[in-house]
Amino acid sequence: MEKITKNLLSEESRRRIRELENVFPQKQSAVLAVLHIIYDQFRYLDNEAIQEASELIGIPAVYFEEAASFYTMFPLKPVGKYLIQVCQNISCTLMGAEELVSYLKAKLGIELGGTTEDRLFTLVAVECLGSCGTAPMMQINDIYYENLTRQKVDDILDQLRNGR
Amino acid sequence: MTFEPFLLRPIPDDDQLDGYMRHGGYSALPRALKSLSPEKLVQETIDSGLRGRGGAGFPTGKKWSFLPKDSGKPIYLCVNADESEPGTFKDRELMLKHPHLVIEGTILAAYAIRCNHAFIYIRGEFAEETRKLYRAIADAERKGFLGKNILGSGYDLKITIYRGGGAYICGEETALMTSLEGGKGYPRVKPPFPAVSGLYGCPTIINNVETLCNLPFIVNNGAAWFKSIGTEKSTGSKIFCVSGHVNKPGNYELPMGVSLRELIYEHAGGIKNDRNLKAVIPGGSSVPILTADKIDVRMDFESLAEAGSMLGSAGVIVMDETTCMVHAAMVIARFYEHESCGQCTPCRQGTLWMYRILHRIEHGKGKMEDLDLLLDIGDNIEGNTICPLGDASVPAVRTSIKYFRDEYEYHIKNKTCLVRMGERFI
Repeated sequence: MEKITKNLLSEESRRRIRELENVFPQKQSAVLAVLHIIYDQFRYLDNEAIQEASELIGIPAVYFEEAASFYTMFPLKPVGKYLIQVCQNISCTLMGAEELVSYLKAKLGIELGGTTEDRLFTLVAVECLGSCGTAPMMQINDIYYENLTRQKVDDILDQLRNGR
Repeated sequence: MTFEPFLLRPIPDDDQLDGYMRHGGYSALPRALKSLSPEKLVQETIDSGLRGRGGAGFPTGKKWSFLPKDSGKPIYLCVNADESEPGTFKDRELMLKHPHLVIEGTILAAYAIRCNHAFIYIRGEFAEETRKLYRAIADAERKGFLGKNILGSGYDLKITIYRGGGAYICGEETALMTSLEGGKGYPRVKPPFPAVSGLYGCPTIINNVETLCNLPFIVNNGAAWFKSIGTEKSTGSKIFCVSGHVNKPGNYELPMGVSLRELIYEHAGGIKNDRNLKAVIPGGSSVPILTADKIDVRMDFESLAEAGSMLGSAGVIVMDETTCMVHAAMVIARFYEHESCGQCTPCRQGTLWMYRILHRIEHGKGKMEDLDLLLDIGDNIEGNTICPLGDASVPAVRTSIKYFRDEYEYHIKNKTCLVRMGERFI
């Protein structure tokens, strides 16, 4: 097989992957940690980056592919700059999560799974994020936004649009 | 005597090393290392009656005592911080606001079981919580509470943080280990139990975050003190996570055995908008629903079992009179359908069909015979799977049909909800 020589992984990602080598009693344990590193860099699991990481750390790519198909927090395709994940589980539903989803769909002009034309926002609905006492809520990239109201959602999206 | 929370103690800077130490933090560790042998610490934990706070309620010290004495293999501790049971958000608060308590509890447990390498398996979405733990570990290492020869005792411990990937199933202890080994989070058949053959085939103990946070207090105050809180068989305090239609949702640490009524009406401020209570799920979405007339039940393992439910993870989900129970059951069923790992047919297919049938009833396409079909599917899942996820998918559906059959029948006949939630997102 042809070696990937694109160097898609950043220096930072390569350093972080190399650091994983002696962390675990068995090397294969690093699989999820490597996926996190790729996700941090690309905001989705880039397949060629996975191949590169696999060669770098010496774990067969099939282990990464298997994990990527199982663990749902990593998008498998490029998403917008801001990935909006709305919790739709029971406590959030009781507090209006479905209305929140409808509001976001209308506001962004996209359906669930869609990305805005300017590639700024991707909207998805997810299961419980462990923020049930502060429902309804959404996670945008790494950050939890809780106790949401229409006004708060407007403000958050405006701030992100303005790059703050 | 009023109860003072000790796990969720109201110290604003408890997330900082200074704040934690100023209020007695890291005083249990030297005490244990100096005056308690690992065996004595196990015994003290057994004597305290501490039971696992992750859901199953298994006695913690007894679990530790199952470790073989001389396997010649390393012993591992996995801290289960993969909190994802719907309605549960206590471990998250412990990690955010009291990360050093989590670390000190972890060190004590590791010392008790003679483990030199512990893992904290934290759910992948918890980014801020992960940062807090990394910092707490670095601070603890700097102070000599972690690493080689801890406080001159000769005891070594390394803690490694492992971030999950958003799979509920990895909170199941054997799936957690499979995931940590780098695979898909598939549960394993027990026996062998993890204490005998767990992570990398070595003796392993898996404990919940809240469980471990109790240890520093047990070491400092003694087993008798811990037993003086709570009930005879459910000792100590418990963090109850109250969500849904209450005025003050949140985490409330109270003695085990507090009444559900007191929890909802006094601590959580009662039902929002002065509506009537309809139903409560007292222990996360995996346990049977209680109707409003049952809320004088005491919140401990035994009393809830007697009342036909379970304490579970103590995720108390409160539903008022405007809640459509078919809708609620559908949302819960969707979760298990999404989270089933797919390994066992009864769970993979059963959760899928329960969700599909509930979806069609909710959307006005149900048939009367669907109700018996749902119950039949539940019977065929329960007891027929490797792990408890399958079993956990059934109780909410079954009890919602048992107690609210009229709503299901109304839905099927009239193709709409009997009750409808008003606008909640405003």
